[in-house]
Amino acid sequence: MEQFLQQVLNGLAVGGIYALVALGYTMVYGVLKLINFAHGDLFTIGAYLGLTLLVSCNLSGLLPVPLAVLAVFIMVALLVALIGFLLERAAYRPLRHAGRLSAVVSALGASIFFQNAVMLLYGARVYVYPDFLRPDFTVHLFGMNVPGVRLLVIAASIMLMLGLWAFIQRTRIGAAIRAVAIDPGAAQLMGINVDRIISLVFLIGPGLGGAAGLMVGIYYGQIDFTMGWSYGLKAFTAAILGGIGNIPGAMLGGLLLGVIEALAAGYIAIAWKDAIAFLVLILILIIRPTGILGERTADKL
Amino acid sequence: MTRTLFSLALGALICVLPLFCNAYWTDVCVMIGLYALLSLSLNVILGQAGIFHMGHAAFFAVGAYTTAICNTLYQWPIFLTMPLAGAAAAFFAMLVARPIIHLRGDYLLIVTIGIVEIVRIALLNDVFGLTGGSNGIFGIARPRFLGFRIVKSIHFYYLVWGMVGASIVLFYGLWRSRFGRALNYIKADDIAAEGCGINVSRYKLTAFVLGAFWAGMAGTLYAAKMTTIAPESFNFMESVIIFAVVILSGGSQLGVLVSAFLFIGLPEVLREFSDARMLVFGLAMMLMMIWRPQGLLPPGPRRYPVATPSAAAAGQGGRS
Repeated sequence: MEQFLQQVLNGLAVGGIYALVALGYTMVYGVLKLINFAHGDLFTIGAYLGLTLLVSCNLSGLLPVPLAVLAVFIMVALLVALIGFLLERAAYRPLRHAGRLSAVVSALGASIFFQNAVMLLYGARVYVYPDFLRPDFTVHLFGMNVPGVRLLVIAASIMLMLGLWAFIQRTRIGAAIRAVAIDPGAAQLMGINVDRIISLVFLIGPGLGGAAGLMVGIYYGQIDFTMGWSYGLKAFTAAILGGIGNIPGAMLGGLLLGVIEALAAGYIAIAWKDAIAFLVLILILIIRPTGILGERTADKL
Repeated sequence: MTRTLFSLALGALICVLPLFCNAYWTDVCVMIGLYALLSLSLNVILGQAGIFHMGHAAFFAVGAYTTAICNTLYQWPIFLTMPLAGAAAAFFAMLVARPIIHLRGDYLLIVTIGIVEIVRIALLNDVFGLTGGSNGIFGIARPRFLGFRIVKSIHFYYLVWGMVGASIVLFYGLWRSRFGRALNYIKADDIAAEGCGINVSRYKLTAFVLGAFWAGMAGTLYAAKMTTIAPESFNFMESVIIFAVVILSGGSQLGVLVSAFLFIGLPEVLREFSDARMLVFGLAMMLMMIWRPQGLLPPGPRRYPVATPSAAAAGQGGRS
């Protein structure tokens, strides 16, 4: 039982990270109907930028550690959001009215470009996040010792998700994003500046993705330039699992996928951990292609 | 007309190319041939039928491993394993594609990526105790043809490019056939095709299985050339490269050859910048989609000899 609960908590931590990345996929898919393959690499860039800011720029020496991490968190989110914004301008906006395949190929190109840009800038080796960044307290919970960092990661991702949820549901801009996702043409007729909304989505999604990259760095302690592929594909799986284009769906899908993966790794075989996510993806697409919460895209399949 | 001339020139160049190459460059050309073969087979699926399939490396891997296992464990001659490798890949393709073939474009794309990852992980985990885990399989024998042992790069060059030539002829026939027209129709508008009585799922599945069969046979050639295969040779990046070759080609067979040369050959020419070559590759994909989204050489319009009176008087066939 204790092992089970530990695995669930571990899964929730990883799942929270998947969910943050999945939000970027699902929001972009919602407004552009495009799989933004480069999103996983924006996540990688977040992890590397975080390391650079913390270590090379010695922010962790200037400020107390928790404060430094928080500051870097915000800076990374802003910087990666900026990169996402530029990416949309350069690689996707010219293709807005071209075929969908063109945009997908452009996205793949962007992904390869970013991945190799990171490799050229930082080198191909694995980077290690310094130990002292990792909060090393443990918490007693249901009679178990739970690493504090795990709870912090879960809390941070849930807080970010709730913030986004409130933004989308409660503000006028959030309503505009939802409107563009449902029907861009009609939204434009209602006086919504669709281009600006798309730019905004490309700021929010990559911002969350970059923050998730930093969280992976702190949680697992090491990063490498190819990690965007695997996290990106799994996050996309999570987005489909929850119902692509659906924001609460991406959150639910991410957490669920994380837990499924952790349990499968714990009880079946750790070597097959990565395959399980894809098996889940294939099964969900066969059984319920709209995902758990997806309804709207049913007619398009 | 210029295109016919260009094709002939390219064909002639391919025939005599190894005479001017040292062993290294011949090897590079063998690799270009293998990628051309894979891309031609993917062209049936992606270029002709418009199925977004990014997992071609999975079928390539199944073919290569079938050959490797049959050869190292049961000492089958390489050429005998070739149809079996194709059949194994085709069977695998049918198994995985059947439940997913109806999925819409980008969903299918992501599932095929999933398949290629599952295959790679299965190979890494030494599935059935046959694949040798991360080390792969080594000691694959050289192929023999009527007592002639194919060892040198130049032998492989003619073997691989001969296969490419045969594939081009076969796929051209396929393109001209009723089947090829149906695939193009599905690509243009699958709902209209369904409305005209084309069984879209069946045709898509057939195209998929056929492409996989060819990729499996390419796997045989790869295993024979390398004599060692490992899971990392069949990762997702390989699928992306094959996919990109087909997309950038525009869908014509000539385009596939040209873009295979560009994609595989050019990075070898620019060896000094080898670190940055994937960077340029990604950039090229983005720019290409912005400036020339139809690809390098999209297939020309289909021509039908329709004998209308005026056209017959002018002594030429009309264009449909």
